[in-house]
Amino acid sequence: MREFGYERALDVPGAVAVLGGDPEARYLGGGTNLVDLMKAGVERPARLVDVRELPLDRVEPTADGGLRIGATVTNSDLAAHPEVRRRYPALAQAVLAGASGQLRNMATVGGNLLQRTRCAYFTDIGKPCNKRVPGSGCPAVAGEHRNGAILGASEHCVAVHPSDMGVALAAFDAVVTYETAAGPGMLALADFYRPVGDTPHLETALPAGALITGVTLPAAPVAAHSRYRKVRERASYAFAVGSVAAALDVQDGVVRDARLAFGAVASRPWRATAAERALIGGPADADAYAAAADAELAAAQPLSQNTYKVPLIRNLVVALLTELEQHGPEGAR
Amino acid sequence: MTTTAKPDAVGVARTRIEGRDKVTGAARYASEIPFTELAHGWLVLSTIARGRIRAIDDAAVRALPGVLTVLHHGNAPRIKDDVIGALGRPDPIVEVFQHDRVPHAGWPVALVVAGTSEQAREAAEALVVTYDEEPHDVSFDADKEGAYVPQDAETVKGDVEAELAASTVVLDAAYTTPEQHHSAMEPHAVTVRWDGGRLEVFDSNQGSKWVADDLANLFSLDLSAVRVRSEHVGGAFGSKGLRSHHVAAVMAATELQRPVRIALTRRQVFAITGYRSPTAQRVRLGADADGRLRAFAHENRSMTSTLREFVEGSAGFGRTMYDSVAHHSVDRVVPADVGTPTWMRAPGEAPGSFAVESAMDELAEKLGMDPIALRVRNEPTAGPISGLPFSSRNLLACFEEGARRFGWADRDPRPRVRREGNRLIGTGVAACTFPSGAAPSTASVTAEPDGTFTVRITAADVGTGARTALTVLAADALDTAPERVHVRIADSDFGAAWVAGGSMGTRSWGWAVMAAARDLREQLTLRGTEIPAAGVTVTTNTAELIAQLAQKERYAFGAQFAEVAVDVTTGEVRVTRLLGVFAAGRIVNPLTARSQLVGGMTWGLSMALHEEAVRDETFGSHVGADFAGYHFAANADVPVIEADWVPDEDPDDPVGIKGVGEIGIVGTAAAIANAVWHATGSRQRHLPIRPDRVLLAEADRAGHDA
Repeated sequence: MREFGYERALDVPGAVAVLGGDPEARYLGGGTNLVDLMKAGVERPARLVDVRELPLDRVEPTADGGLRIGATVTNSDLAAHPEVRRRYPALAQAVLAGASGQLRNMATVGGNLLQRTRCAYFTDIGKPCNKRVPGSGCPAVAGEHRNGAILGASEHCVAVHPSDMGVALAAFDAVVTYETAAGPGMLALADFYRPVGDTPHLETALPAGALITGVTLPAAPVAAHSRYRKVRERASYAFAVGSVAAALDVQDGVVRDARLAFGAVASRPWRATAAERALIGGPADADAYAAAADAELAAAQPLSQNTYKVPLIRNLVVALLTELEQHGPEGAR
Repeated sequence: MTTTAKPDAVGVARTRIEGRDKVTGAARYASEIPFTELAHGWLVLSTIARGRIRAIDDAAVRALPGVLTVLHHGNAPRIKDDVIGALGRPDPIVEVFQHDRVPHAGWPVALVVAGTSEQAREAAEALVVTYDEEPHDVSFDADKEGAYVPQDAETVKGDVEAELAASTVVLDAAYTTPEQHHSAMEPHAVTVRWDGGRLEVFDSNQGSKWVADDLANLFSLDLSAVRVRSEHVGGAFGSKGLRSHHVAAVMAATELQRPVRIALTRRQVFAITGYRSPTAQRVRLGADADGRLRAFAHENRSMTSTLREFVEGSAGFGRTMYDSVAHHSVDRVVPADVGTPTWMRAPGEAPGSFAVESAMDELAEKLGMDPIALRVRNEPTAGPISGLPFSSRNLLACFEEGARRFGWADRDPRPRVRREGNRLIGTGVAACTFPSGAAPSTASVTAEPDGTFTVRITAADVGTGARTALTVLAADALDTAPERVHVRIADSDFGAAWVAGGSMGTRSWGWAVMAAARDLREQLTLRGTEIPAAGVTVTTNTAELIAQLAQKERYAFGAQFAEVAVDVTTGEVRVTRLLGVFAAGRIVNPLTARSQLVGGMTWGLSMALHEEAVRDETFGSHVGADFAGYHFAANADVPVIEADWVPDEDPDDPVGIKGVGEIGIVGTAAAIANAVWHATGSRQRHLPIRPDRVLLAEADRAGHDA
């Protein structure tokens, strides 16, 4: 077998120091994606630095009324946390919409952000993929791309980011904190993932060797009034073909505040800022919701097999905002 | 005189005899049986879709840690290429390492054997194979050239075109089903060793004598020199016959003279163990105003490899199903640079029933008739083509009982009228059928001195509960309790027997076991009660008994009912209820029979909504050929499924068993597709019914309404 080194880190500076600048090393969280990719030969790290034992497993309120979520908090614990459920229900719903119970018990917040696309060309080392082997080509554009991106993609890559959690985080202005040998740093989630362009293999703006230590969610009253809805090709245990996180604050029939982010449409969780701008200050009705979705989707460039994603996202936006307005974050749909 | 009747064991629900061993892990599967000096083989599959192997540089790999040998066309022994076995010629994939030709993507080009599985895999991935690539074509387009009608693949009665022209209502629709894979829970695996001049094979297969004889013939060995055992099998569904890993393992074990194991990965299972071809079907039905069919026309096209003709015989479904004045049914095949398709649960009937039973629903809609009434109207009294009587045909009883339980009488026939929240609700129905055959088998029954009995037959329990079914059949035939009967199966030394296939296992093996048991009882009556230490053994073959069967149409039938909830804004289809009522002869073990039917219906649901293997035409190979990419129903997709049966007796049949292994998957997808129409008003003629297809249908409706 391909041998690799394994070390368990006990504190953050130690983890960063052990990994050092080694480009052949990877941090290991729950391993629910990295280990699969190692088995498939997609990832071939020389060393794994296990960060699961780091003291980053807490969800804590921040002074300004937000939440700080440690990088090694498991998906299960995140979704079950009462403050997450109260302040950011869409986040809890998004996490529970992902994977299976067993995987959620293992998977971590930090790993979730760094998981790789499930594009079938990326995971098949017998085929080209610009993300896996830069410059080898993207066969998905001419081949199978039913679950490909419709926003922000390029001819070099049409893969989508698979995270559900990330979609809710994007809606709520999450900030990713990290540690490097040079000290701590932070990145707004909006800046965390790099544009695809002609470098789809460069996925995040994290500095080399950086270890994600957590995610901070700023206070957002509107977030308490939020929902997540995921559509997939079976009822469970599948990645989204389209998903929406939405938050809505309506007073006297007028939208005071709104948040929208889309999943499975781009190489990253897609914050729908154009849609939000269209909503805020306008009427809280289905026509306005549809117009807002259209404002965001005007930039969509679907390929031959994924034109359906445009009406899908549009319908989801209308449905979710309508449900929020009529039933709140939970209840009948 | 009074007798104390022993209660029958047949007909009583009974858990599997080996169930405890399976759930506790005590049951050993083919890749789990320990051997000393075991070596591990790893197959190297072609990365090109057509061409020739230019070179295999095995020197570097032979030097890697643990590597024992590398087999390929340059050094492998030649095997016979004209073997014809119990089920015809072995799959062409067995002809590995015999030539430099690559006929399709995934063709095994080498085997690396090493001391551990990890060493073998690493070396296999390091093996450099260079190819002279040739253009390939894996397409299956409607207008593709090269399609032909195989022998005996066309049935004509009367003049279909004339009857269509004379019909009051005509339905003409095209349906497709995609490539589908068995992918049993237990991936294919085999362990081979030479033992005292005998080749011992520990396998996961559907017929140990079948595999043993084909292996012996391929390697020019005496049939008695090969012994194949397959004690436990984690699913097979048509894919577990003799394949390339058996042949490669025998070659390696012979060269190394030590045990060799090959266990396939899931992706290898997708690449080299067969699959169900995609189909493209056209159904034309012509009817009088009262629903009587004047014309029944069914054209099917399936794909095969360039190596062998395999026909996914979907056009056969209607030949026993419906009466019509004129009938035309034909299967065509298109060769492509792909692996050879093979039997997969209800080959032919599964895709064929989707097309025909969807078309019948569409015809009922056009006629303004209830879809069950349309089927009643066209119920034949004898084989529509053959004119032979049916051994028993209780399809209408299935519909009657199913309609009662499902509440069909209360159904509003209009589409798109039931709504619950955001979801549209619909119900649909379909008929199903599957042949009930029997094949000669040999069984031995031994009366042991301690009063117990031992049954030996080369049956295969592929998860169906066959071992348990044979135990209770033997117990009743021996007039003893099942606890006193020990059934040993899946050992080629027990003689020739039918395979676990064609829904014929329980009927064929059960017949042999019952016949041998009766012969033994006669012997024991003659001999008196004294049993010698070696026991008294009787061996019986059923060839003559089966030959005496009257010529009849022998089929199981059933009615499938489905309810779906469709969110047309997202395209999500959820099946909320499935009911199947079957007429499948005598039910041996209600518990495992129901499990077979529910399993088949679950697969039918999966076929309707999920399953689809995708090939990239550029590379000629699959995309997403693993369980992340190839979706089948998850638990959350499967509602409570009810499967039951109506009495279906045939006093003229000596065993009365019809088989339940495959009929459950037949018609299910059509019932679901018909329910989706009833819910949404849009016909879904292409499987699987994915969210994107439902959304596009909605867009089409909006376009038409505008």
